[in-house]
This record gives sequence, structure tokens and C-alpha cells, in this order.
Amino acid sequence: MSLTKAEIIKSLTDQNGYTKAQAIEILEVLIEIMKSTLASGDDILVSGFGKFSVHNKAQRKGRNPATGETLMLDARKVVTFKGSGKLRARINS
Amino acid sequence: MNKLELISALKNEAGISKTEAAKVVQIFFDSMTEAMARGERVEIRGLCSFYVKRYKSYVGRNPKTGEKVTIRPKKLPFFKSGKELKDRVDL
Repeated sequence: MSLTKAEIIKSLTDQNGYTKAQAIEILEVLIEIMKSTLASGDDILVSGFGKFSVHNKAQRKGRNPATGETLMLDARKVVTFKGSGKLRARINS
Repeated sequence: MNKLELISALKNEAGISKTEAAKVVQIFFDSMTEAMARGERVEIRGLCSFYVKRYKSYVGRNPKTGEKVTIRPKKLPFFKSGKELKDRVDL
């Protein structure tokens, strides 16, 4: 079992009285805001849940495990997440 | 960006009231928290997924004092960036 958009949409229609179409639209707007914020390099801090940050990874030397060949891996940006104390406490309760 | 700014952006971009936007944001993060509390995976296509990793009890060390401490079993949330998010962040 895993939680997907479908269940969140159901909660939005049940608890907020939206139609399914409205709930889908609003949820997609929210997700798009989060994606564009992170794409612009800005972090997202959600109190009680956690922090999404963008980290810069330096260029590094890597190796193709199949051929053993050395190659340069480019510098890149990645998104990391740190769960808040409240989230970790909830998961362990 | 913090939660209030996220609510404000949602209010403007979805054309809903601030109260409604706050409720949507709350439902979104609460749903994910509750799923992880039940030990379930979370999968938000294009954005991210989360899974709960279980750790057994182990003997660790206080890095400051070098003292041995027994760490009790614990669960931690693990984040994985979605493909679309990954590609857009790393242009």
C-alpha cells in the first residue's frame, strides 16, 4: 500500500467539499509551486513536516563499474529532505 | 519559502481563499505524515516519494566523548526526488 495523489484528492473532496476536478487542479497547482520553487534554487521549509533543500554537488571523478573506466561526473544540483523532529516522532510513535 | 509563503502562493495561483489554501496545504502534508506513521510509502508522481526505513537497535558511540551508547530501534523517513523535479532542479 502506498499513498498517492488519488488518496490526497479524495481527502480534499471529502474534507473541503471540492469536486474531483477542482481538487485535482488545486493539488497540481500546489505541486507545481513546490517544483518551481526548488527549481529556482530556493528551499521549502514546512514546519512540522521538514525541509526540502537544493544542494550543489561538485564535479567528481567516477568509475563505470562495468568497464572500470574512469570518467568525470559533472557538477549537479540535487534536492534533499530533512524530516522535522515532529515528523520523526510521529513515525516512531 | 516557508509554509505561510507556500499557502500565500497557492491562494494566488489557484484563486482560492487563504483559509482554503491553508487547509489544502495542511491536508497534503498531514496525509503524507499519517501514511509514513502507518509505515506506508508515499509517491507523489513528478515531485517525490518517501519510504520509511527501519533501523534495528545498535551500539553507537557519542562522537564527542567516545562513550558507548545503545541506540534503540528507530524508523526514519527517506526522501527520493521525482524524475521531473530532479531534471528541473539540475538544468
